[in-house]
Amino acid sequence: MNPYILRVQNLTVTTGRRAHKVLRDVSFDLSPGEVHGLVGESGAGKSTIIKVVLGILPRAMKMASGHVEFEGRDLLRLPSAQLRALLGTEIALIPQDPLTALNPGRRIDAQLTDGLRLQRGLSWHDAEAKALALLDEVHIRDPKRVMRCYPHELSGGMRQRVLIAAAFALDPKLVVADEPTTALDVTVQKQILRLIRGMQERHKTAVIFVTHDLGVVAQICDTTTVLYMGKVMEQGPTDRLLSSPGHPYTTALIAANPRYDQPEMGLEPIPGAIIDALRAEIAAADQAEPRHG
Amino acid sequence: MAEPLVAGQSLRVAYRRQRGLFAPSAEPAPVLKGVDIVIDRGETVGIVGESGSGKSTLGRTLLGLVTPLSGVVRFDGHIVTGQSEIELRPLRRRMQMIFQDPMSSLNPRHTIGRILAGPALLHGMVANSGEASVLVADVMARVGLPKALMDRYPHELSGGQRQRVGIARAVILKPDFVVADEIVSGLDVSTQAQVLRLLQDLGREMGLALAFISHDLSVIRSICRRVYVMREGIVEEEGECSALFAAPKTAYTRALIDAIPLPVRDPNWLRRGGASEEVLA
Repeated sequence: MNPYILRVQNLTVTTGRRAHKVLRDVSFDLSPGEVHGLVGESGAGKSTIIKVVLGILPRAMKMASGHVEFEGRDLLRLPSAQLRALLGTEIALIPQDPLTALNPGRRIDAQLTDGLRLQRGLSWHDAEAKALALLDEVHIRDPKRVMRCYPHELSGGMRQRVLIAAAFALDPKLVVADEPTTALDVTVQKQILRLIRGMQERHKTAVIFVTHDLGVVAQICDTTTVLYMGKVMEQGPTDRLLSSPGHPYTTALIAANPRYDQPEMGLEPIPGAIIDALRAEIAAADQAEPRHG
Repeated sequence: MAEPLVAGQSLRVAYRRQRGLFAPSAEPAPVLKGVDIVIDRGETVGIVGESGSGKSTLGRTLLGLVTPLSGVVRFDGHIVTGQSEIELRPLRRRMQMIFQDPMSSLNPRHTIGRILAGPALLHGMVANSGEASVLVADVMARVGLPKALMDRYPHELSGGQRQRVGIARAVILKPDFVVADEIVSGLDVSTQAQVLRLLQDLGREMGLALAFISHDLSVIRSICRRVYVMREGIVEEEGECSALFAAPKTAYTRALIDAIPLPVRDPNWLRRGGASEEVLA
């Protein structure tokens, strides 16, 4: 029996004619019911990883090497019809921007019940009942009214709740959350994080949580991978990683965060020496390797 | 006690609602409902609140960019409110703004050199373009921008560099007062730390009074001495950061502080304060 729901192994992705590396030998495993954080600054490769997992890598990017196994199935070699059948049912996405993810011309009821009717074969009536229950589960106060709303009639936090309901609608085994709280106020962010964690625990879903915020990682992720320039800096249990980081980059990234509890600490820019050393190390490794493709 | 550099008194602002096809005469939406604020010379003051709390409008009103329905803004003894553009001109140099999104506040068709020289020439800080380029080079060096960027366009710069241009454009006029509106919200943490350190140093060197508008209380705590907490157009709470963070007086401020996730594992953080947030919803 495979103990992992998702295994990402030695993922290397390149782009452009000169095969510039976007991901460099990235590996991580996800157990059922585990929340795994992918954290890093812009350009770290966080979203490229989830694009690979979701099978939506843009054509300009090339998989140079690596495996992605979902429940023992090789996702990258799956016929596209089978991959499409997995997406939305067993693997679901909570996107960053809830407004572009919802169809502006359709009411919430239509958008929430599509999957339930088409994938699960529920009748319109049953699908509607299930959708109402889901909206209730994500703490939407007046689900009947919200069902009849168009996306623009809802606040950002409400839209994100609707999308969380949609992501969990078909009881997926894996949910990919792509910076789901970046655009929200902190108080709403906390509610959404609590909600994702609660849904994940109830449905025993594994989650990949992409974020640039180490504070968010600390509160919601069981395990974490820290990335820089497409390379894994460090990975492990979040608690250990934050309390005794094993890589100077992780230490520096933690120290860059402002701390209201310790205003004298924090807000330290990542030292240039660390960045220079990392870049040199990465460049040397890229040179040494035979070019892919 | 000396007069504060900037003082806003009972500021009320309302924005006219967009006229809909079926709602031709909507009431103006109130944004500021009577706000008092003072900022001393050389003081860094935080203005914090959630979206829609009126913090950006407050910043713009202090600079005379938004005209209040009632109330008055004074800058160094001069009344700013309701003055004509010509009367404001001499004050404009002394009060500057750094915008949230440098991409939309920097002219994409002008080089960095031209963007920075423009205000200096306009306000007569320099007599000709030769002098201007000397001044621009000086200021660029001070904010940590390589000289080579002078001939580049905004889209060729990184986010952190663009925000440095925004800072340079504000400080090149040697102002007394700067409003910084969410200037680090789109940046990576390390870049954010660099930009904030720079702003802190410049503020100290130049004796700037700074209104630092942000939704992020952690950032405010790090660089401000005093803070105004805004909620739905009113000042919910005001005070020295050290006191306000140690013992917030209102449930709202408490909830805002509790909502900040620290990069330290706290198994109870998610569960804590669920009830108090319901008050906010």
